[in-house]
Amino acid sequence: MRWLLLKDLQVLRRSPLQAVLLVAYPVLIAVLVGFAISRSPDKPRVAFLNEVPAQARVTVGTRALPRIGVDDRVCAQVECVRVKSHDEAVEEVRSGDVLAALVLPADLVDQINSLSTPSPGTPAVEVIVNESDPVKARLVNDRIDSLLTQANLVIARRIAHEGGKFIGLVVRGGQFTVLGQVIRILGLANTARVLHAVRTTMPPGPLRDSLDQVLRFTTLTRSNLGSAATLLSRLSQPIAVDKQVVEGSSPPLESFAIAVAATFTLAFVTVLLVAGSLALEREENAFPRLVRGLVSPSALLSEKVLLGVGVGLVVTLLMLAGLAPFVPLHWERCGLWLLAIGAGAAGLGAAGAALGAAAREVRAVSLLAFMVVLPVAFLSLIPAGTVGPALADAIAVITALFPFKPALRAMTAALDPSGPDLGAALLHLAALITAYGLLARLALRRFSAT
Amino acid sequence: MEARGLVKRYGDREALRGVDLSAEAGELVAIIGPNGAGKTTLLSILAGIVKPDSGEVEVPRGSVGWVPQQAALYRRLTVAENLLLFARLEGHADPHASCAEMLELTGLGERRGEVVARLSGGNQQRINIAIGLLAQPAVLLLDEPSVGLDPRQRSRLWEFIAALAAERRTTVVFSTHDIQEAERYGGRLLVLADGEALFDGSPDGLRAVVRGEAPESAEQDFEIAFVAFLHHRGH
Repeated sequence: MRWLLLKDLQVLRRSPLQAVLLVAYPVLIAVLVGFAISRSPDKPRVAFLNEVPAQARVTVGTRALPRIGVDDRVCAQVECVRVKSHDEAVEEVRSGDVLAALVLPADLVDQINSLSTPSPGTPAVEVIVNESDPVKARLVNDRIDSLLTQANLVIARRIAHEGGKFIGLVVRGGQFTVLGQVIRILGLANTARVLHAVRTTMPPGPLRDSLDQVLRFTTLTRSNLGSAATLLSRLSQPIAVDKQVVEGSSPPLESFAIAVAATFTLAFVTVLLVAGSLALEREENAFPRLVRGLVSPSALLSEKVLLGVGVGLVVTLLMLAGLAPFVPLHWERCGLWLLAIGAGAAGLGAAGAALGAAAREVRAVSLLAFMVVLPVAFLSLIPAGTVGPALADAIAVITALFPFKPALRAMTAALDPSGPDLGAALLHLAALITAYGLLARLALRRFSAT
Repeated sequence: MEARGLVKRYGDREALRGVDLSAEAGELVAIIGPNGAGKTTLLSILAGIVKPDSGEVEVPRGSVGWVPQQAALYRRLTVAENLLLFARLEGHADPHASCAEMLELTGLGERRGEVVARLSGGNQQRINIAIGLLAQPAVLLLDEPSVGLDPRQRSRLWEFIAALAAERRTTVVFSTHDIQEAERYGGRLLVLADGEALFDGSPDGLRAVVRGEAPESAEQDFEIAFVAFLHHRGH
């Protein structure tokens, strides 16, 4: 077997394009993934026009709320392109220089303030979008929805805070300033104390009974308003999130991205190499000569899978080394990396052997390998729950039958301690290695017999 | 080597219909016949690559060298690397010595470091045969060995094969659809048509049978007479 392995490496060395691709591909993938995960996502360019007068303030009752820094908040979420007029905003969107425009109209604050008057208006901001690109349009809509939700939340919190203060004044008493004049409020608590004091001086009779009724009313009102203040403070965010993790823990996104890149590299290198190398034996007419007693078909298959594992290990480790400058890797777990890469490569190599045994020509096999690996890899990345139950079940079955997903799980588990269960992934791979090995052996027998 | 009653079917088609063949040490046996006669099937069964549906093959165990019609070697490896690889796979004690011996035998010593893909078809075929000889076989099976070679390359190839039979006492069984080549180099001829053995004997014997069965073509070129003979036999 070692002589065949040596021969395959010699053949690989004599195919400069193939050898360069084997090295260049993982390095390129590593650099691209490295850049992608080491940079935060780009903010969408949005034209921004704030026509609200600088001195305008949202008021609660007679009290003006502090400034909430709308410009800064908006421009922290998107890349702001300041424009001076509504027409300029429209032109920017139409030209494609920005994805959308956000216009805060001059009467926005007045409209918000009118909400507490008998004739409330409808505060609105204007969003101008170019929906020629549905993906970008969706991104912009999501960002602007997020912005508005945040703005509403900030305003609601401020209103609730100020409202709570007013209720506190009514309940406990105190003072506040209107137009430079200090106004004192007695408050329900003080009112009750005063009334109790008055009651002790009154003789029993209808007048004291009436006073008792007033006392009960102030006590009840004070109690209910105290609860209302708490309710008001919760109104700004009535539902809190209580997240419970029932199974495992999610590895950081960076680790998952590295695992995806590494598994993609491993899948393409191993499947193509093993399938192509096996098909080459027949394309060169060497297969019948080899299996006439020089090598058994099973040994030939094992040699091809071993070749895939060896080259897959080197190339994937090269890719991980290429990623090291961009993201911190758990080098202390490199033993597990080797285990995961080796098992993944063996699974993918066995699948490659089955594909290679099914076709006679290297070109046909390469095409077949691409046609199988690409869709299965993409299906493996679809998260459960994002599609309907029937489709999710179908995807689960398809991806379970090909070694990409278990190899990805093994890689994720090896790269990060919070990843999925490595043992289960390795067992899954072992089952697939056996199944694909048998399939490849059967396919070779078919070719031997013709 | 002896084969008796070989039958092989591919679906409904009968590729071989009870063919017998025997060959002595140092004998050169040519299997001739038109395309689809069953020549390659017969050689593949003798080589142990294809199993017959019925019939028996007796060959000295592990001593059959197989040289397929298309060169079965690695075109991206050099001449020496190919020979060395197969010598190692054959389990030779000194594969380098075996490689050197084959290079000398094929006359390709000067080109040992050349990648096979750059060699002519004739030279590739010589390496193909040399690989078949690495097994040091008592019987060498060659499937249309001269196809695609120019006359000079063909002549050198047959000199080489004849020397194997004469000097090494190797039994050589080769297939061809070139009647003149079969006559010239085959000590014995086996004529196959549609899987049926029509004749087994010497070249002179075949001429006599052909003239006897197709007298109208007896004065013409032997190839034309041979075709007429096949027609007479219903093929």
